[in-house]
Amino acid sequence: MTRRYQRLVMVLLMLGCVSLAVGFALRAFNGDLLYYITPTQLYEGHAPVRGQFRLGGIVEKGSVTRIPGSMTVRFTLTDFKHTVPVVYTGILPDLFRVGQGIVVRGRMVSGIFQATQVLAKHGAKYMPPGIHQPHPSPNEEKMLALKRDLGEGTKP
Amino acid sequence: MTQFSLFFHRLASPPHFYELSKPWGRAFSWIALVLILVGLFGGLWLAPRDFQQGNGFRIMYVHVPSAWMSLFVFMVMAASAFVGLVWRMRLAYAVAAASAPLGAAFTAVALVTGSLWGKPMWGTYWVWDARLTSELILFFLYLGFITLNRSFEDQQTGDRAAAILALVGAVDIPIVHYSVDWWQTLHQGSSFKGLTSEIAPSMLWPLLVMMTGFMFYYGWLVLWRTRSEILLRESDREWTKRVVGS
Repeated sequence: MTRRYQRLVMVLLMLGCVSLAVGFALRAFNGDLLYYITPTQLYEGHAPVRGQFRLGGIVEKGSVTRIPGSMTVRFTLTDFKHTVPVVYTGILPDLFRVGQGIVVRGRMVSGIFQATQVLAKHGAKYMPPGIHQPHPSPNEEKMLALKRDLGEGTKP
Repeated sequence: MTQFSLFFHRLASPPHFYELSKPWGRAFSWIALVLILVGLFGGLWLAPRDFQQGNGFRIMYVHVPSAWMSLFVFMVMAASAFVGLVWRMRLAYAVAAASAPLGAAFTAVALVTGSLWGKPMWGTYWVWDARLTSELILFFLYLGFITLNRSFEDQQTGDRAAAILALVGAVDIPIVHYSVDWWQTLHQGSSFKGLTSEIAPSMLWPLLVMMTGFMFYYGWLVLWRTRSEILLRESDREWTKRVVGS
């Protein structure tokens, strides 16, 4: 065994060990590394019982209502399996619109999500205005949009 | 010895690299200049507005190439560190040392442009999601490499210590890249799926031109910086005195 071969084995061994350690650490913290949870994950009981958490979903069509004379807005977030009603008072980001992926931060109070922060999630699609690509079916489009906007993150 | 391995053995010799890097660096600098000018013109003037983001999306013509380079430069550093540790090649250590500040700069540009884009689009400058956090860690890895490399009296000790950091830190590269697939993040997923892209062709080509331009820009700078690194490291050698003297 030459010295060079010995060094090669040592370096590869080090790389293997470090990757393994980091891999296990990331697996252990998997649930905490999610920036937000989906409505389905909320219904499955993955949200913290107390305190704030982030919820991500699509703004449901026809659900956005504003309370006149105030900055309060109500809407529902959906992942097309479950929906969560949200209420928020404040300035909404530019990209907030129906069908857009949104991440809200706040807590559940008697079945309604009281948001203290609303962030827009931008999709991976870039195209000029006015171009509409043919879609196979509205339902498939919905699922595609969901996959794109929510990402297929691993469940905690 | 085959022609191919002969080429690499000669390339590894610092005096030979010093000679060869000059014309290559020159060529790279011109290619980079042309590509970046064409890419900027295409991205800022020719490409249409985005259907959702308007003109704001144009920041991606700097953000995406910088972010890509931040990963690429670290891979170059890790590969050089590997070659340096196993084969004890002096030139490889010089390449890694020359790359680190460039990679740190690309990472900083990616972080800052992303943050400036994030405020109008997301509604915040910064979030601690997996993508942004792992990219910030990458920035600190670069800074750590630079300081560790220069913190020993003996340059060779510094080279080896920093090389180990580069190899260990390379674990962060797949984490940055796949963070948007592995975890739910605020940062959008990749617009590239294999060879297809979700970016309209009229917006895509300037981006690809810019990415290629950034590659040549890095190629030029790393050759130039490696030349100075070699001179610094071999300052007591006969060939260095000859080169600098002439």
